[in-house]
This record gives sequence, C-alpha cells and structure tokens, in this order.
Amino acid sequence: MELELTGITKRFPGVLANDDITLTARSGNVLALIGENGAGKSTLMNILSGLYTADSGEIRIDGAVRNFKDPGDAIAAGIGMVHQHFMLVPVFTVAENVVLGEEPTIMGTVLNRRKARGEVREISRKYGLAVDPDALVETLPVGIQQRVEIIKVLLRGAQILVFDEPTAVLTPQEVDEFFGIVSELKERGATIIFITHKLKEALAIADDIVVLRGGKVVGSADPATATPEQLATMMVGRDISLTVSKTLGRTGSRVLELESATMVDDYGRRLLDEIDLHVDAGEIVGIAGIQGNGQTELVSAVTGLLSLSDGVIRFLGEDVTKSSPRKLHELGIAHVPEDRNHMGMVGTFTVAENLILDSYYARPFSRGIRLNSEQIDSSARTLVADYDVRPPNIANQGSALSGGNAQKMIVAREFSREVPLVVCAQPTRGIDVGSIEYIHAQIVRKRDEGKAILIVSTELDEIFALADRILVMFDGKIVAERATSETTTAEIGLFMAGKTS
Amino acid sequence: MSTTKPDTPELPQPSNGRKFFIQLTTGTDWRSALLTPLLAVFLALVIGAFIIMATGMSFGEAMNAYGALAQGSVGSLRAISETLTAATPLILTGLAVAIAFRAGLFNIGGEGQVLIGGMFAVLVGFSITGVPWFIHLPAALIAGIIGGAIWGFIPGFLKAKTGAHEVIVTIMLNYIALRLVDYLLKTNLFQREGRNDPISKNVEPTANLPGLLTALDPGLRVHAGLIVALLAAVFIHWLLFRTTAGFEFRAVGANPAAAQYAGMSVGRTYILVMMIAGSLAGLAGTGQVLGVLDRASPGFSAGLGFDGIAVALLGRSNPIGVVFAGLLFGGLSAGGQQMQATAGVGVDLVGVIQALIIIFVAAPALIAAIFRLKTPVASTQISRGWGS
Repeated sequence: MELELTGITKRFPGVLANDDITLTARSGNVLALIGENGAGKSTLMNILSGLYTADSGEIRIDGAVRNFKDPGDAIAAGIGMVHQHFMLVPVFTVAENVVLGEEPTIMGTVLNRRKARGEVREISRKYGLAVDPDALVETLPVGIQQRVEIIKVLLRGAQILVFDEPTAVLTPQEVDEFFGIVSELKERGATIIFITHKLKEALAIADDIVVLRGGKVVGSADPATATPEQLATMMVGRDISLTVSKTLGRTGSRVLELESATMVDDYGRRLLDEIDLHVDAGEIVGIAGIQGNGQTELVSAVTGLLSLSDGVIRFLGEDVTKSSPRKLHELGIAHVPEDRNHMGMVGTFTVAENLILDSYYARPFSRGIRLNSEQIDSSARTLVADYDVRPPNIANQGSALSGGNAQKMIVAREFSREVPLVVCAQPTRGIDVGSIEYIHAQIVRKRDEGKAILIVSTELDEIFALADRILVMFDGKIVAERATSETTTAEIGLFMAGKTS
Repeated sequence: MSTTKPDTPELPQPSNGRKFFIQLTTGTDWRSALLTPLLAVFLALVIGAFIIMATGMSFGEAMNAYGALAQGSVGSLRAISETLTAATPLILTGLAVAIAFRAGLFNIGGEGQVLIGGMFAVLVGFSITGVPWFIHLPAALIAGIIGGAIWGFIPGFLKAKTGAHEVIVTIMLNYIALRLVDYLLKTNLFQREGRNDPISKNVEPTANLPGLLTALDPGLRVHAGLIVALLAAVFIHWLLFRTTAGFEFRAVGANPAAAQYAGMSVGRTYILVMMIAGSLAGLAGTGQVLGVLDRASPGFSAGLGFDGIAVALLGRSNPIGVVFAGLLFGGLSAGGQQMQATAGVGVDLVGVIQALIIIFVAAPALIAAIFRLKTPVASTQISRGWGS
C-alpha cells in the first residue's frame, strides 16, 4: 500500500509541531524519518496512528483520502505501530499477548488458546519471525519481545508498519536480526516507516530518507550517496562534526584500580568475574560490550551503589571497596549514571535542585541543615550557561527538559566538580546529535585537564571516538584489552560477541 | 501514557504508584493547585444539596441546612471557636500524612499515632503534680511527641530494614494501639480511682493547654493547641523546602533510585520521616487530651488519623494547604452539629460532603472535565496501587 501525506499541519498551544509535512511511503520500500528530539516525529506518528487529528492536510492510502478519528480507524486502514516502549503484558504468553484485544473465543467466553497459538505460528512461519507462542513474555530477550509486537500488528492486517526508534533497546546482534526482519517484510510488499535518530541505521536500511527539523520537512536524501555528516547537518541546521578531535594524551598516576573484583548475585550468578582494570590520570578508558554483560554492575561497584562479593577497589591508592556512594563522592568520583531519568535526576525537582542533587548537604549549598538558596540559584545559573542547558531556566522541572538537555544538566553537575575520576555510563544514549557532540567534547576536555575517565558504552562508535584504551566485557569478564589506535571495530565486535583473546 | 503529549520524548516513566504521589504533591502551578480544591468543594456542596432533596426536603430546606452549616462554622464567635477547635487536630494529622506523602510513604497510621501520643501526654499530664505549668505543659507535649514518634518509628524501621509495606504495618498498628489503649485504661496506672469503666485520671490543670478566648467567654473551647498546630505547619514547610533533610525527603519520595545515587540513605529517610509523621499525629492526640478532653477514653482518636488523609489530599500535601484544608474540614464538622440541631439534616451529610470533596480532589480529571478547564487531561490513568 502506498501512503501519502500532504500538507499535514498540527498546532499545539505555543508550538507548531507539524508544519505542512508532505511525504510518500511506497509499498516494498523503507522510508526513514530522521530528526532530533522535538523535530515533530512523534506528533506525525501519532497523527498516523489516529491518536491526533491533523489541523489540516490529508492522509491518502493508495490514493484514497482517509481520516482517522481514533486508533481503531488507523488499524482498520492497515497501519500498524511498533512502539519504542513495548505494549506487552509481561506475565502473559506470547500467544496471549498477540491476540489481546481480539481474543478468539469458544462460545464467546473462554479463550481459544489453540487458535491463538495457531495464529501466532502462521504469522511466524510466513514472515520468518521465530518465536515460541507459549513462552512468557517476561522471560524473553528484548529483541524477541519486539518480534511479538511485530506479529501483533501483522495479525491485525497491517501493511504499513511504523517503527518508532526500534533499535534503541536492541543489542548489535538484535539490530542485525531486526534488519533481517525488515527486509523480509519489504520483500512481502509491506510499506515501512522507520523513525530514528541513528544516522548510520537510516543509511543502512532505508530506501528513502526524509529529514525533519522544527516540524518541517527540511530535505530528503538518497541513502546510496548521503553521508552521516550531511544528514546530521540537515537535522541540526548547522555543521556537525561526528568525529571527536583529540590529541594524544599523556597519562599520569594511577587513579582507579580493581583487583579480582567479583560480584555474585543471590542465585550464584557471577555478574562480575575477577575483573582487573586500572584507569590512570589523563586517559579515557572505554568499556565496550553488549548491554547486560556486567557493565552496570561494574559501574555500580566503582561508585559504591553495589558492593563486591570479593576483590579490591582502590582509588588513589586507598582501599575503597566498602565505601558508600557518599564517601566516594567526597573522595572525588563523579558519576554520570546510565539511566538519566531513573537515576540521574529527580524529574519533579527544578533544574537548580537537580544541579545540587549530590552536593546539597555541603558548603556552599547549605550551612548546617539550612539550604542556601542564593548560592544554589547562582551556581545553577552559571552551570546552565556554561553547559548550554536549554531552555536556560533554572526553575523549570527536570522532566521538562529534552533528553539531550537533561543529560547536559547531569554532565554539568558532575563535570563541574574538580575531581580526579569521572565515570560515565552511556553518556549519550538516546540524545540528539548536537548534545552528543557537546558532551563528547566535554569528556575530552576533562581528560586533557588530566582527569581519569572511565566510559561505559554499548555504542562501539562512541567507544572508538573517545577511548584511549578499550576493554571489552563479556559475561562479567574483561575478555580483551586493546589500545584504540591498534585495533578495529571488527576485532572489538568479535570480542563483544564472546570470542576470547 | 506518553501518547497524548505533543512531542515530549524522554520523559521519565515513574511507576504508576509513584505517579500518583507526584500528582498529589505537585500542582503544575498555583492556579490549578488552588482551583481544583475550590471547585471540588463547590461541586461537593451542590451534590450534597441534591442528596438532601432526595431525602424528601425542598430546595428551600436544603438551602436552610447550608445556612445552618455556615452559621455553625463561621456565624458567631462561638462557631468560629468550635471550627478552630475541630481544625486543630486535623491540621496536625493532615501534616502527618502530608510529610509522609512527600517522602513517598502512605501513612495510614495516624489513628494509632494519635492514640499513643495522647496516652503518653495524659500519663505525664496526670502523674506529675506540684510543678508549674511552664514545666508541666512542655513536658506533656514532649511526651506526646515521643509517643507518636515511637508509633511512627515502627513502620518506618520495618520498611527500611525488611521492606514491609508501611500501609499494612500502619493499619495493623492502628488496631494494636486501639486495643492497647483499652487495656491501659483499665490498669491502675491510668484508670481513674473509683471507676469501673475504662477512663483515665484527669489531667492536672498545670498541663492543660490554656483556652485562647476563655477571657471572653469560658465556653469558648479553642485552645493553645491551635498555635502549636500552626507552628508545626510553618516548621514542616521550612523543613521540607529550606533544609537538607527536606531535600532528602522530597528526593526519596520522587525518585528513590536517584536519591540513592546521590548518596542519600533511603532507609534512614523512611525512618526519620515516619518518626516526624508520628510526632505530628502524636501532637494531635496530645492537643485533644490536654486541650479538649482533659482525659483519655477508649477510641479518643475518633477518626482524626483517617481524616488527616483527607486533609492532606485536599491540601495537596503542602503544609500551608493542609492548614486551609484543616480549617475547612473543621468548619464542616463544627457546622454539621448546628445543621443537625436547627435544620434537621443529619450530621452524617457532612461526612458525605467531605468524602465527595476528596473524590473530586483525587480525580482532578473529573473536575477538569466538568468545568471544561483547559488542562491536558491524560487518557486513562492506570493505577496499580500506591506501592513504591
């Protein structure tokens, strides 16, 4: 089916979210829709799925004008959405989830499980989406859960599939599998709209690329000839450098050292298995690895949030294995946490409050138990300006900031402390290109000031752009160590998949 | 659900229980924070009028009943005194619930904390004799604070150390406190000489909270506990918004993971907050026994702890809001007596009106829909409970 949007405009109070958007998605093609956060991608998607009605403009499917009054209309017209956050019931089986809302029943009351299973198997076979209909969804890896979502929309007869940031939660392997599925769907004539801000993925899989900025279509690109830099420039509206410029660093004294660091959970699984590593002043050490191989636990151990079962952590020569997060903070470890919304900030706190989240108790922000609001506000104003947090209103709630600006706020808080060690977990996950560029530059600046920096990232490109030395984690172990200048992404990729050196 | 918001990606996704707390404790702006409760009160009174009429009374009679309600709450010096007397403990129990809300805890245990605090105060109030009031009264007040704090400490400690849900524990502690009071009032320590029924000895005059208006008329019951309650509200406001402890409370309430990341001790915060909440409720009980009742009798808490939940909700867990909500509920309860006496409408209606107010406050979307306010109303709010 061919989907045509002409002149789609949607206005919210104070915002023109979609401004005269015109685009076409063809059958058997993949259209990538790229743009920064706030460019109007989600609004457009919500119009397509019937959640919003456009103020003006037309949606045509195979030439016929369709107006969606609610999501039911969009589904009936053959549009299926696969959301970034899956809409699955974790304690239900795959088959139960797939038929949810349109359950086949026996005499109108009892769920016909056999039929549900059969329907899942049929779609699985037809599109090569291997999945066990009887598995509980909560036991499945994220990549398979996504398949369940895809089966769900296919079962409802969708021929136009809209994917919202589908790879954000996937491992590199799962991304490859996902691309395989997309190709299969393409072959079978589906129309695919792929919303993303990952430029390389758009280039890899799309047949057409449309760039949104400020609610408008600012251009389109041919994936065969376009480069990531060109796309980034279109997205941001100014020249963007995707390569981090940095000179060779000079390393100094040992700042952080782990010896046989081991963490065993209640079930006896070795989350960290005899980890030895060190970070010296003036270097960036990057931990590469697929999500879930112990990186979170490693960062938690170094920052005091989880304690080791065995082994030693030394910071500036001092044994800090059993130190609390507060103690480590005071000794001089800054921590940009992996999950900014869940851990890095308090959404209902103001920007000013978030900027003192871990140093509120000390001078100059408080005297005794009294908070010093003048100091808090003046420091916040300086940080917001220095670290380019937009909008620069320190009384805004943290949750009102875009992902990139929230992350800049957290980076401002942590980087403004003059401390010997900075630990950054996923410093640029899910944020816009402009903010990534900015945060990368700040990390390199810290290194050049002679600080020790430990970076954990599942984005191999980020590791290669920043790190002086790369360690690869697999199954709780450090399986390889390479100087960045002496290795390749291909080699590191193999280690990430479990090859041992 | 993020689906109805225009282009605001990357919003944090707190659990549903936490969303509920966040909704309760943060008005988006002062206007909605003030408007929703006012409209809720108005709406509840309108529906209340229909309920009166449904019992066979005319519209005029219903209006008469409301006239009596107003008369009985603010219509005379005596009425105002009664309103303030009723509001005093409600402000304190409201604060006890509100500060716990702020830290993400649901303090259902006000009832038990009122009882234990009151028993401690009564004990000091009757057992010490021959000391001047400026020693005796503070001693009794402090005893009440300690009693309430102990009853708040238990659920706080159990939550911090074992994860036991404070809702379950506080409810059970209410039962225990109720029966403990029944028992204690029959012991020689507490029971008044020559009485067989469970009633305590009378509080010595040196431990009484003095009447504020008795110089004008000895029958005016409003007492110095009101000043204690107002000071407590100011103190809690200062504590929450101007101190490092309050910063911790609010951070733990809104996002415990971030609080832990920032080096705060979530468990210690739970214990501390529950002790402060217990102290406040204990003070409410103390005010009752030292200012109004002069003694303890079975169940003297009389639902104050539960009404505190309503007061905290209406006051949006803001200490200043709680003062106004407490005054309103105090007025309704004082006026209800008058309404029953002169208009023949049962005082039970006041309970219905109070309940309706809370329903409308708890369901802001309902108010917005009825009055067509231009607030973005989320589609379906899915709530699994208040679990944290």
